[in-house]
Amino acid sequence: MVMSQTDAAFSNAEPIEQDVAVSVRGVSKNYGAVEALKDMSLEFPRGQLTSLLGPSGCGKTTLLKIIAGLLKPDTGEITVNGKAVVGPGPNRAFVFQDFALLPWANVMRNVAFGLELRGVAKSEREDKAAKYINDVGLQGFEKAYPHELSGGMRQRVGLARALSVDAKVLLLDEPFSAVDEQTRRKFQEDLLALVANENKTFIFVTHSIEEAVYVSDQIAILLPRPSRVSEIIRPSSFRLKGAENIRRDPEYLDIVDEIWASLRDYVE
Amino acid sequence: MKHRSLYIKILSALLVFGAWEIAGRIPISYAFPTFLESMSALARMTFDGSIFVAYAETLKPLVLGVAISTVFGIGLGLWIGLSERFEWLFSPIFIVMQAAPLAALIPLLVMAYGIGLTSKVFVVCIMAMPVIVLSTSSAVRNTPASMKEMAQSFLAKDYQVVLKVVIPAASPVIFSGLRLGVSAGFIGAILSELKITPTGVGDIITYSRSIADYPSMYAAIFSIILLAVLFLNLLEKIENTLFKGNDRGYVTD
Ligand SMILES: Nc1ncnc2c1ncn2[C@@H]1O[C@H](COP(=O)(O)OP(=O)(O)O)[C@@H](O)[C@H]1O
Ligand SMILES: [Mg+2]
Repeated sequence: MVMSQTDAAFSNAEPIEQDVAVSVRGVSKNYGAVEALKDMSLEFPRGQLTSLLGPSGCGKTTLLKIIAGLLKPDTGEITVNGKAVVGPGPNRAFVFQDFALLPWANVMRNVAFGLELRGVAKSEREDKAAKYINDVGLQGFEKAYPHELSGGMRQRVGLARALSVDAKVLLLDEPFSAVDEQTRRKFQEDLLALVANENKTFIFVTHSIEEAVYVSDQIAILLPRPSRVSEIIRPSSFRLKGAENIRRDPEYLDIVDEIWASLRDYVE
Repeated sequence: MKHRSLYIKILSALLVFGAWEIAGRIPISYAFPTFLESMSALARMTFDGSIFVAYAETLKPLVLGVAISTVFGIGLGLWIGLSERFEWLFSPIFIVMQAAPLAALIPLLVMAYGIGLTSKVFVVCIMAMPVIVLSTSSAVRNTPASMKEMAQSFLAKDYQVVLKVVIPAASPVIFSGLRLGVSAGFIGAILSELKITPTGVGDIITYSRSIADYPSMYAAIFSIILLAVLFLNLLEKIENTLFKGNDRGYVTD
Protein backbone atom coordinates (compact mmCIF):
# COMPACT_ATOMS: atom_id res chain seq x y z
CA MET A 1 0.00 0.00 0.00
CA VAL A 2 2.43 2.59 1.25
CA MET A 3 5.63 1.37 -0.23
CA SER A 4 7.04 -1.12 -2.66
CA GLN A 5 10.59 -1.69 -1.64
CA THR A 6 11.85 -4.66 -3.61
CA ASP A 7 14.30 -6.92 -1.98
CA ALA A 8 16.81 -8.28 -4.44
CA ALA A 9 17.39 -11.45 -2.49
CA PHE A 10 13.77 -12.54 -2.89
CA SER A 11 13.06 -11.24 -6.38
CA ASN A 12 13.62 -14.48 -8.25
CA ALA A 13 11.67 -16.72 -5.90
CA GLU A 14 8.15 -15.72 -6.88
CA PRO A 15 6.84 -14.14 -10.04
CA ILE A 16 4.65 -11.59 -8.20
CA GLU A 17 6.12 -8.39 -6.93
CA GLN A 18 7.49 -8.71 -3.46
CA ASP A 19 7.55 -5.92 -1.02
CA VAL A 20 8.22 -6.04 2.65
CA ALA A 21 5.24 -5.87 5.00
CA VAL A 22 7.10 -6.11 8.27
CA SER A 23 10.71 -5.39 8.90
CA VAL A 24 12.73 -5.99 12.05
CA ARG A 25 15.96 -4.03 12.36
CA GLY A 26 18.60 -4.51 15.01
CA VAL A 27 16.17 -5.58 17.70
CA SER A 28 17.55 -6.59 21.11
CA LYS A 29 15.64 -7.54 24.19
CA ASN A 30 16.88 -8.57 27.60
CA TYR A 31 14.90 -9.95 30.50
CA GLY A 32 17.15 -8.96 33.34
CA ALA A 33 20.28 -10.96 32.72
CA VAL A 34 18.69 -13.17 30.04
CA GLU A 35 19.49 -12.07 26.51
CA ALA A 36 16.31 -13.09 24.71
CA LEU A 37 17.09 -11.33 21.43
CA LYS A 38 20.33 -9.82 20.25
CA ASP A 39 20.59 -7.47 17.29
CA MET A 40 17.98 -9.35 15.30
CA SER A 41 17.15 -8.24 11.76
CA LEU A 42 14.59 -9.89 9.53
CA GLU A 43 12.16 -8.98 6.78
CA PHE A 44 8.73 -10.41 6.12
CA PRO A 45 7.49 -10.29 2.51
CA ARG A 46 3.93 -9.11 2.01
CA GLY A 47 1.27 -11.69 1.31
CA GLN A 48 3.48 -14.60 2.34
CA LEU A 49 3.90 -16.86 5.28
CA THR A 50 7.19 -16.66 7.11
CA SER A 51 7.96 -19.17 9.84
CA LEU A 52 10.13 -18.47 12.81
CA LEU A 53 11.61 -21.85 13.59
CA GLY A 54 13.89 -22.70 16.44
CA PRO A 55 14.29 -24.59 19.69
CA SER A 56 12.27 -23.32 22.63
CA GLY A 57 13.83 -20.48 24.52
CA CYS A 58 15.43 -18.89 21.48
CA GLY A 59 13.19 -15.84 21.61
CA LYS A 60 10.44 -16.61 19.08
CA THR A 61 7.59 -15.51 21.31
CA THR A 62 9.56 -12.47 22.41
CA LEU A 63 10.11 -11.40 18.81
CA LEU A 64 6.46 -11.95 17.93
CA LYS A 65 5.28 -9.91 20.92
CA ILE A 66 7.65 -7.12 20.00
CA ILE A 67 6.22 -7.10 16.47
CA ALA A 68 2.74 -7.09 17.99
CA GLY A 69 3.68 -4.07 20.09
CA LEU A 70 3.01 -5.92 23.32
CA LEU A 71 6.66 -5.68 24.35
CA LYS A 72 9.10 -2.85 23.80
CA PRO A 73 12.51 -3.76 22.38
CA ASP A 74 15.56 -2.47 24.23
CA THR A 75 17.13 -1.40 20.96
CA GLY A 76 16.17 -1.51 17.31
CA GLU A 77 13.00 -0.86 15.39
CA ILE A 78 10.04 -2.63 13.88
CA THR A 79 8.21 -1.20 10.92
CA VAL A 80 4.91 -2.37 9.52
CA ASN A 81 4.18 -0.98 6.07
CA GLY A 82 7.04 1.43 6.61
CA LYS A 83 5.66 2.85 9.82
CA ALA A 84 7.43 2.32 13.13
CA VAL A 85 5.61 0.20 15.68
CA VAL A 86 5.00 1.93 19.01
CA GLY A 87 2.30 -0.35 20.39
CA PRO A 88 -0.48 -2.70 19.30
CA GLY A 89 -2.17 -1.50 16.14
CA PRO A 90 -5.10 -2.34 13.85
CA ASN A 91 -2.77 -3.67 11.15
CA ARG A 92 -1.71 -6.66 13.29
CA ALA A 93 -3.70 -9.43 14.94
CA PHE A 94 -2.38 -12.09 17.28
CA VAL A 95 -3.25 -15.78 17.59
CA PHE A 96 -2.12 -17.11 20.94
CA GLN A 97 -0.52 -20.41 21.75
CA ASP A 98 -2.84 -20.91 24.74
CA PHE A 99 -5.83 -19.52 22.75
CA ALA A 100 -6.46 -16.76 25.34
CA LEU A 101 -10.25 -17.04 25.04
CA LEU A 102 -12.58 -15.46 27.55
CA PRO A 103 -14.06 -18.41 29.46
CA TRP A 104 -17.21 -16.47 30.38
CA ALA A 105 -17.95 -15.49 26.79
CA ASN A 106 -19.47 -17.74 24.15
CA VAL A 107 -17.90 -18.37 20.75
CA MET A 108 -19.77 -15.48 19.15
CA ARG A 109 -18.63 -12.96 21.74
CA ASN A 110 -15.08 -14.29 21.74
CA VAL A 111 -14.80 -14.02 17.97
CA ALA A 112 -16.35 -10.56 17.99
CA PHE A 113 -14.25 -9.40 20.95
CA GLY A 114 -11.67 -7.52 18.88
CA LEU A 115 -14.49 -5.64 17.13
CA GLU A 116 -16.25 -5.06 20.46
CA LEU A 117 -13.12 -3.38 21.81
CA ARG A 118 -13.07 -1.15 18.76
CA GLY A 119 -16.61 -0.01 19.48
CA VAL A 120 -18.25 -1.69 16.47
CA ALA A 121 -22.03 -1.92 16.96
CA LYS A 122 -23.30 -5.27 18.19
CA SER A 123 -25.31 -6.31 15.12
CA GLU A 124 -22.52 -5.33 12.78
CA ARG A 125 -19.79 -7.11 14.69
CA GLU A 126 -21.91 -10.24 15.09
CA ASP A 127 -22.57 -10.33 11.35
CA LYS A 128 -18.89 -10.13 10.71
CA ALA A 129 -18.03 -12.66 13.41
CA ALA A 130 -20.66 -15.06 12.02
CA LYS A 131 -18.91 -14.98 8.66
CA TYR A 132 -15.56 -15.92 10.17
CA ILE A 133 -17.12 -18.52 12.46
CA ASN A 134 -18.40 -20.09 9.24
CA ASP A 135 -15.03 -19.75 7.55
CA VAL A 136 -13.23 -21.64 10.28
CA GLY A 137 -15.94 -24.32 10.32
CA LEU A 138 -17.57 -23.58 13.66
CA GLN A 139 -21.11 -22.85 12.49
CA GLY A 140 -23.59 -24.16 15.03
CA PHE A 141 -21.23 -23.49 17.94
CA GLU A 142 -21.90 -19.75 18.23
CA LYS A 143 -23.53 -20.20 21.62
CA ALA A 144 -21.02 -22.70 22.99
CA TYR A 145 -18.55 -21.73 25.70
CA PRO A 146 -14.82 -22.38 25.35
CA HIS A 147 -14.76 -25.20 27.90
CA GLU A 148 -17.30 -27.07 25.79
CA LEU A 149 -14.95 -27.10 22.81
CA SER A 150 -11.97 -29.28 21.94
CA GLY A 151 -8.50 -27.75 21.77
CA GLY A 152 -8.67 -27.60 18.00
CA MET A 153 -12.01 -25.84 18.06
CA ARG A 154 -10.76 -23.34 20.60
CA GLN A 155 -7.89 -22.44 18.36
CA ARG A 156 -10.35 -21.99 15.49
CA VAL A 157 -12.10 -19.46 17.68
CA GLY A 158 -8.77 -17.72 18.28
CA LEU A 159 -8.11 -17.72 14.55
CA ALA A 160 -11.57 -16.39 13.70
CA ARG A 161 -11.13 -13.62 16.27
CA ALA A 162 -7.86 -12.59 14.63
CA LEU A 163 -9.36 -12.76 11.13
CA SER A 164 -12.45 -10.75 12.04
CA VAL A 165 -10.51 -7.57 12.81
CA ASP A 166 -9.20 -7.71 9.26
CA ALA A 167 -5.58 -6.96 10.06
CA LYS A 168 -3.12 -7.24 7.21
CA VAL A 169 -0.53 -9.00 9.34
CA LEU A 170 -1.36 -12.13 11.31
CA LEU A 171 0.97 -13.15 14.12
CA LEU A 172 0.60 -16.79 15.11
CA ASP A 173 2.49 -18.07 18.13
CA GLU A 174 2.70 -21.86 17.92
CA PRO A 175 -1.02 -21.91 17.26
CA PHE A 176 -1.19 -25.66 16.68
CA SER A 177 1.08 -26.87 19.43
CA ALA A 178 -1.80 -27.59 21.81
CA VAL A 179 -3.93 -29.59 19.38
CA ASP A 180 -3.71 -33.23 18.43
CA GLU A 181 -1.78 -34.45 15.41
CA GLN A 182 -4.75 -35.06 13.11
CA THR A 183 -6.27 -31.69 13.85
CA ARG A 184 -2.89 -30.16 13.39
CA ARG A 185 -2.53 -31.55 9.88
CA LYS A 186 -5.98 -30.30 8.97
CA PHE A 187 -5.04 -26.89 10.34
CA GLN A 188 -1.86 -26.82 8.28
CA GLU A 189 -3.83 -27.49 5.11
CA ASP A 190 -6.37 -24.84 6.04
CA LEU A 191 -3.56 -22.43 6.71
CA LEU A 192 -2.14 -22.96 3.22
CA ALA A 193 -5.56 -22.18 1.77
CA LEU A 194 -5.83 -19.11 3.97
CA VAL A 195 -2.46 -17.79 2.81
CA ALA A 196 -3.48 -18.38 -0.79
CA ASN A 197 -6.91 -16.77 -0.50
CA GLU A 198 -6.42 -13.90 1.93
CA ASN A 199 -4.10 -11.13 0.99
CA LYS A 200 -2.36 -11.16 4.35
CA THR A 201 1.13 -11.48 5.69
CA PHE A 202 1.56 -14.37 8.11
CA ILE A 203 4.25 -14.59 10.74
CA PHE A 204 4.12 -18.07 12.12
CA VAL A 205 6.06 -19.35 15.10
CA THR A 206 6.66 -23.06 15.36
CA HIS A 207 9.17 -25.46 16.80
CA SER A 208 8.19 -28.21 14.38
CA ILE A 209 10.51 -28.53 11.40
CA GLU A 210 7.98 -30.45 9.30
CA GLU A 211 5.28 -27.92 10.03
CA ALA A 212 7.51 -25.00 9.09
CA VAL A 213 8.58 -26.57 5.81
CA TYR A 214 5.02 -27.59 4.99
CA VAL A 215 3.35 -24.22 5.43
CA SER A 216 6.04 -21.62 4.76
CA ASP A 217 7.04 -19.46 1.86
CA GLN A 218 10.07 -18.48 3.89
CA ILE A 219 11.63 -20.05 6.97
CA ALA A 220 13.82 -18.09 9.35
CA ILE A 221 15.86 -20.41 11.51
CA LEU A 222 16.57 -18.89 14.89
CA LEU A 223 19.30 -20.15 17.14
CA PRO A 224 19.72 -19.48 20.84
CA ARG A 225 22.58 -18.14 22.96
CA PRO A 226 22.94 -15.60 21.56
CA SER A 227 19.65 -15.50 19.74
CA ARG A 228 20.16 -14.86 16.05
CA VAL A 229 18.82 -15.63 12.60
CA SER A 230 21.13 -18.34 11.39
CA GLU A 231 19.60 -19.03 8.02
CA ILE A 232 16.70 -18.10 5.76
CA ILE A 233 15.27 -20.83 3.59
CA ARG A 234 12.79 -20.32 0.79
CA PRO A 235 11.22 -23.55 -0.43
CA SER A 236 10.19 -23.11 -4.03
CA SER A 237 9.09 -25.98 -6.20
CA PHE A 238 6.79 -28.20 -4.12
CA ARG A 239 4.49 -25.39 -3.04
CA LEU A 240 2.64 -25.43 -6.36
CA LYS A 241 2.09 -29.18 -6.50
CA GLY A 242 -0.90 -29.26 -4.19
CA ALA A 243 -1.23 -29.75 -0.46
CA GLU A 244 -1.49 -33.53 -0.59
CA ASN A 245 1.81 -33.99 -2.45
CA ILE A 246 4.02 -31.77 -0.38
CA ARG A 247 5.05 -34.32 2.22
CA ARG A 248 6.32 -36.71 -0.49
CA ASP A 249 8.23 -34.14 -2.45
CA PRO A 250 12.03 -34.66 -2.54
CA GLU A 251 12.71 -30.97 -1.95
CA TYR A 252 10.42 -31.00 1.11
CA LEU A 253 12.31 -33.97 2.53
CA ASP A 254 15.70 -32.43 1.75
CA ILE A 255 14.83 -29.17 3.45
CA VAL A 256 13.57 -30.99 6.53
CA ASP A 257 16.86 -32.90 6.71
CA GLU A 258 18.94 -29.84 6.13
CA ILE A 259 17.20 -27.89 8.90
CA TRP A 260 17.53 -30.78 11.30
CA ALA A 261 21.25 -30.95 10.53
CA SER A 262 21.73 -27.33 11.47
CA LEU A 263 19.52 -27.49 14.56
CA ARG A 264 20.64 -30.76 16.10
CA ASP A 265 23.70 -29.26 17.78
CA TYR A 266 21.45 -26.95 19.77
CA VAL A 267 19.25 -29.64 21.23
CA GLU A 268 20.35 -30.81 24.64
CA MET B 1 -30.43 -32.54 39.53
CA LYS B 2 -31.92 -29.33 40.83
CA HIS B 3 -34.66 -31.25 42.60
CA ARG B 4 -32.25 -33.65 44.15
CA SER B 5 -30.15 -30.87 45.67
CA LEU B 6 -33.35 -29.37 47.05
CA TYR B 7 -34.28 -32.73 48.62
CA ILE B 8 -30.85 -32.99 50.16
CA LYS B 9 -31.18 -29.51 51.62
CA ILE B 10 -34.58 -30.34 53.10
CA LEU B 11 -33.32 -33.65 54.42
CA SER B 12 -30.30 -32.10 56.12
CA ALA B 13 -32.51 -29.38 57.60
CA LEU B 14 -34.85 -32.08 58.97
CA LEU B 15 -31.91 -33.94 60.48
CA VAL B 16 -30.56 -30.82 62.19
CA PHE B 17 -33.98 -29.80 63.51
CA GLY B 18 -34.69 -33.37 64.63
CA ALA B 19 -31.41 -33.51 66.53
CA TRP B 20 -32.20 -30.12 68.07
CA GLU B 21 -35.64 -31.33 69.15
CA ILE B 22 -34.22 -34.51 70.72
CA ALA B 23 -31.41 -32.61 72.43
CA GLY B 24 -33.95 -30.16 73.82
CA ARG B 25 -36.14 -32.97 75.12
CA ILE B 26 -33.39 -34.87 76.94
CA PRO B 27 -32.58 -31.99 77.88
CA ILE B 28 -28.86 -31.40 77.57
CA SER B 29 -29.18 -28.17 79.56
CA TYR B 30 -32.06 -26.44 81.28
CA ALA B 31 -31.16 -23.40 79.14
CA PHE B 32 -31.62 -25.33 75.89
CA PRO B 33 -35.19 -25.31 74.58
CA THR B 34 -36.57 -27.79 72.06
CA PHE B 35 -36.92 -26.92 68.41
CA LEU B 36 -40.71 -26.78 68.62
CA GLU B 37 -40.68 -24.50 71.67
CA SER B 38 -38.31 -22.16 69.88
CA MET B 39 -40.45 -22.19 66.73
CA SER B 40 -43.59 -21.39 68.67
CA ALA B 41 -41.75 -18.50 70.33
CA LEU B 42 -40.75 -17.33 66.86
CA ALA B 43 -44.35 -17.63 65.69
CA ARG B 44 -45.51 -15.63 68.69
CA MET B 45 -42.99 -12.88 68.02
CA THR B 46 -43.98 -12.86 64.36
CA PHE B 47 -47.69 -12.48 65.16
CA ASP B 48 -47.29 -9.79 67.78
CA GLY B 49 -44.95 -8.01 65.38
CA SER B 50 -42.09 -7.67 67.85
CA ILE B 51 -39.64 -9.49 65.57
CA PHE B 52 -40.29 -6.98 62.78
CA VAL B 53 -39.74 -4.07 65.11
CA ALA B 54 -36.48 -5.68 66.19
CA TYR B 55 -35.29 -6.25 62.63
CA ALA B 56 -36.13 -2.71 61.61
CA GLU B 57 -33.54 -1.74 64.21
CA THR B 58 -30.95 -4.45 63.49
CA LEU B 59 -31.10 -4.13 59.71
CA LYS B 60 -30.10 -0.45 59.82
CA PRO B 61 -26.42 -0.96 60.76
CA LEU B 62 -26.35 -4.28 58.93
CA VAL B 63 -27.59 -2.99 55.57
CA LEU B 64 -25.62 0.24 55.82
CA GLY B 65 -22.45 -1.54 56.88
CA VAL B 66 -22.73 -4.26 54.26
CA ALA B 67 -23.49 -1.72 51.54
CA ILE B 68 -20.54 0.45 52.52
CA SER B 69 -18.26 -2.57 52.78
CA THR B 70 -19.37 -3.86 49.39
CA VAL B 71 -18.91 -0.60 47.52
CA PHE B 72 -15.73 0.54 49.22
CA GLY B 73 -14.37 -2.95 49.71
CA ILE B 74 -14.64 -3.86 46.04
CA GLY B 75 -13.50 -0.40 44.97
CA LEU B 76 -10.48 -0.46 47.25
CA GLY B 77 -9.71 -4.04 46.35
CA LEU B 78 -9.75 -3.20 42.64
CA TRP B 79 -7.53 -0.21 43.22
CA ILE B 80 -5.04 -2.11 45.36
CA GLY B 81 -5.06 -5.04 42.95
CA LEU B 82 -4.51 -2.83 39.91
CA SER B 83 -1.84 -0.56 41.31
CA GLU B 84 1.63 -1.94 41.45
CA ARG B 85 2.84 0.37 44.16
CA PHE B 86 0.23 0.50 46.89
CA GLU B 87 -0.21 -3.11 47.80
CA TRP B 88 2.50 -3.08 50.43
CA LEU B 89 0.82 -0.06 52.01
CA PHE B 90 -2.80 -1.18 52.18
CA SER B 91 -2.85 -4.94 52.33
CA PRO B 92 -1.28 -5.05 55.80
CA ILE B 93 -3.97 -2.71 57.15
CA PHE B 94 -6.71 -5.08 56.09
CA ILE B 95 -4.83 -8.14 57.20
CA VAL B 96 -4.50 -6.57 60.64
CA MET B 97 -8.17 -5.56 60.58
CA GLN B 98 -9.11 -9.10 59.72
CA ALA B 99 -7.05 -10.53 62.55
CA ALA B 100 -7.85 -7.90 65.21
CA PRO B 101 -10.03 -9.06 68.11
CA LEU B 102 -13.13 -6.99 67.49
CA ALA B 103 -14.31 -7.08 71.10
CA ALA B 104 -11.17 -5.20 72.08
CA LEU B 105 -11.83 -2.48 69.51
CA ILE B 106 -15.43 -1.86 70.49
CA PRO B 107 -14.64 0.30 73.54
CA LEU B 108 -12.43 2.47 71.34
CA LEU B 109 -15.20 2.86 68.78
CA VAL B 110 -17.68 3.77 71.49
CA MET B 111 -15.30 6.37 72.85
CA ALA B 112 -14.83 7.85 69.40
CA TYR B 113 -18.33 7.60 67.95
CA GLY B 114 -20.65 7.08 70.92
CA ILE B 115 -23.19 4.33 71.29
CA GLY B 116 -25.31 5.22 68.28
CA LEU B 117 -25.68 3.90 64.78
CA THR B 118 -22.21 5.05 63.66
CA SER B 119 -20.37 2.72 66.00
CA LYS B 120 -22.54 -0.20 64.99
CA VAL B 121 -22.00 0.48 61.29
CA PHE B 122 -18.29 0.58 62.02
CA VAL B 123 -18.42 -2.81 63.69
CA VAL B 124 -20.21 -4.29 60.69
CA CYS B 125 -17.67 -2.73 58.33
CA ILE B 126 -14.69 -3.92 60.35
CA MET B 127 -16.10 -7.41 60.16
CA ALA B 128 -17.15 -7.37 56.52
CA MET B 129 -14.67 -5.18 54.70
CA PRO B 130 -11.25 -6.83 55.08
CA VAL B 131 -12.19 -10.13 53.46
CA ILE B 132 -13.91 -8.27 50.60
CA VAL B 133 -10.90 -6.04 50.01
CA LEU B 134 -8.37 -8.83 50.27
CA SER B 135 -10.18 -11.28 48.04
CA THR B 136 -10.92 -8.60 45.45
CA SER B 137 -7.33 -7.42 45.29
CA SER B 138 -5.90 -10.91 45.09
CA ALA B 139 -8.43 -11.89 42.42
CA VAL B 140 -7.50 -8.85 40.36
CA ARG B 141 -3.84 -9.59 40.79
CA ASN B 142 -4.35 -13.15 39.60
CA THR B 143 -6.03 -12.28 36.31
CA PRO B 144 -4.33 -14.51 33.72
CA ALA B 145 -1.67 -12.37 32.05
CA SER B 146 -2.38 -13.94 28.68
CA MET B 147 -5.97 -12.67 28.73
CA LYS B 148 -4.87 -9.12 29.46
CA GLU B 149 -2.26 -9.38 26.76
CA MET B 150 -4.88 -10.66 24.34
CA ALA B 151 -7.12 -7.68 25.05
CA GLN B 152 -4.22 -5.28 24.61
CA SER B 153 -3.24 -6.86 21.32
CA PHE B 154 -6.80 -6.26 20.12
CA LEU B 155 -6.42 -2.59 21.04
CA ALA B 156 -8.24 -2.56 24.37
CA LYS B 157 -7.85 0.68 26.25
CA ASP B 158 -6.83 0.38 29.89
CA TYR B 159 -10.37 0.85 31.18
CA GLN B 160 -11.60 -1.80 28.74
CA VAL B 161 -9.02 -4.27 30.02
CA VAL B 162 -10.37 -3.65 33.52
CA LEU B 163 -14.06 -3.76 32.62
CA LYS B 164 -14.06 -6.54 30.06
CA VAL B 165 -11.28 -8.81 31.29
CA VAL B 166 -10.06 -8.14 34.81
CA ILE B 167 -13.43 -7.73 36.55
CA PRO B 168 -15.21 -10.65 34.87
CA ALA B 169 -12.18 -12.86 35.46
CA ALA B 170 -12.05 -11.81 39.11
CA SER B 171 -15.79 -11.92 39.72
CA PRO B 172 -16.07 -15.48 41.10
CA VAL B 173 -13.46 -14.75 43.75
CA ILE B 174 -14.89 -11.29 44.41
CA PHE B 175 -18.29 -12.84 44.97
CA SER B 176 -16.98 -15.50 47.27
CA GLY B 177 -15.24 -12.74 49.24
CA LEU B 178 -18.55 -10.90 49.26
CA ARG B 179 -20.31 -13.95 50.67
CA LEU B 180 -17.76 -14.28 53.44
CA GLY B 181 -17.93 -10.55 54.07
CA VAL B 182 -21.70 -10.55 54.31
CA SER B 183 -21.72 -13.45 56.76
CA ALA B 184 -19.13 -11.63 58.85
CA GLY B 185 -21.31 -8.51 58.61
CA PHE B 186 -24.22 -10.41 60.15
CA ILE B 187 -21.99 -11.46 63.02
CA GLY B 188 -20.84 -7.86 63.40
CA ALA B 189 -24.39 -6.53 63.52
CA ILE B 190 -25.43 -8.91 66.30
CA LEU B 191 -22.14 -8.42 68.13
CA SER B 192 -22.58 -4.66 68.10
CA GLU B 193 -26.06 -5.04 69.56
CA LEU B 194 -24.78 -7.31 72.28
CA LYS B 195 -21.68 -5.25 73.11
CA ILE B 196 -22.63 -1.62 72.48
CA THR B 197 -26.31 -1.09 73.23
CA PRO B 198 -28.95 -3.80 73.24
CA THR B 199 -31.29 -2.93 70.40
CA GLY B 200 -33.19 -4.97 67.83
CA VAL B 201 -32.48 -8.67 67.70
CA GLY B 202 -29.59 -8.27 70.09
CA ASP B 203 -32.05 -6.81 72.60
CA ILE B 204 -34.37 -9.81 72.25
CA ILE B 205 -31.43 -12.13 72.87
CA THR B 206 -30.15 -10.17 75.90
CA TYR B 207 -33.56 -9.53 77.42
CA SER B 208 -34.97 -13.02 77.01
CA ARG B 209 -31.82 -14.50 78.47
CA SER B 210 -32.09 -12.21 81.48
CA ILE B 211 -35.65 -13.41 82.17
CA ALA B 212 -34.74 -17.01 81.31
CA ASP B 213 -37.10 -17.07 78.30
CA TYR B 214 -34.79 -19.38 76.40
CA PRO B 215 -37.20 -20.30 73.59
CA SER B 216 -37.39 -16.62 72.59
CA MET B 217 -33.65 -16.28 72.78
CA TYR B 218 -33.11 -19.26 70.50
CA ALA B 219 -35.89 -18.08 68.21
CA ALA B 220 -34.07 -14.78 67.73
CA ILE B 221 -30.76 -16.54 67.06
CA PHE B 222 -32.48 -18.92 64.65
CA SER B 223 -34.12 -16.05 62.78
CA ILE B 224 -30.85 -14.23 62.21
CA ILE B 225 -29.19 -17.40 60.90
CA LEU B 226 -32.16 -18.00 58.62
CA LEU B 227 -31.94 -14.44 57.31
CA ALA B 228 -28.22 -14.81 56.67
CA VAL B 229 -28.74 -18.06 54.77
CA LEU B 230 -31.51 -16.56 52.66
CA PHE B 231 -29.40 -13.52 51.87
CA LEU B 232 -26.38 -15.60 50.87
CA ASN B 233 -28.58 -17.67 48.57
CA LEU B 234 -29.86 -14.48 46.99
CA LEU B 235 -26.28 -13.34 46.47
CA GLU B 236 -25.47 -16.61 44.75
CA LYS B 237 -28.46 -16.18 42.44
CA ILE B 238 -27.31 -12.67 41.56
CA GLU B 239 -23.82 -13.93 40.87
CA ASN B 240 -25.07 -16.68 38.58
CA THR B 241 -27.23 -14.36 36.51
CA LEU B 242 -24.61 -11.60 36.33
CA PHE B 243 -21.72 -13.77 35.21
CA LYS B 244 -23.33 -16.65 33.46
CA GLY B 245 -20.16 -18.04 31.90
CA ASN B 246 -18.21 -18.13 35.11
CA ASP B 247 -19.96 -21.13 36.57
CA ARG B 248 -18.97 -23.00 33.44
CA GLY B 249 -15.41 -23.40 34.58
CA TYR B 250 -12.18 -22.02 33.28
CA VAL B 251 -10.40 -23.01 30.13
CA THR B 252 -7.15 -24.29 31.43
CA ASP B 253 -5.68 -26.79 29.02
N1 LIG C 1 8.81 -12.51 31.07
C1 LIG C 1 10.05 -13.07 31.05
N2 LIG C 1 10.91 -12.85 32.08
C2 LIG C 1 12.14 -13.38 32.07
N3 LIG C 1 12.63 -14.16 31.10
C3 LIG C 1 11.83 -14.41 30.05
C4 LIG C 1 10.50 -13.88 29.97
N4 LIG C 1 9.93 -14.30 28.81
C5 LIG C 1 10.86 -15.05 28.21
N5 LIG C 1 12.01 -15.13 28.93
C6 LIG C 1 13.24 -15.82 28.56
O1 LIG C 1 13.64 -15.35 27.31
C7 LIG C 1 14.07 -16.40 26.46
C8 LIG C 1 13.23 -16.42 25.20
O2 LIG C 1 11.88 -16.74 25.54
P1 LIG C 1 10.75 -16.91 24.45
O3 LIG C 1 10.70 -15.70 23.61
O4 LIG C 1 9.50 -17.27 25.16
O5 LIG C 1 11.29 -18.14 23.61
P2 LIG C 1 10.50 -19.16 22.65
O6 LIG C 1 9.16 -18.60 22.37
O7 LIG C 1 11.37 -19.27 21.47
O8 LIG C 1 10.42 -20.46 23.39
C9 LIG C 1 13.95 -17.67 27.28
O9 LIG C 1 15.24 -17.97 27.80
C10 LIG C 1 13.01 -17.31 28.39
O10 LIG C 1 13.33 -18.02 29.55
MG1 LIG D 1 7.21 -19.41 22.72
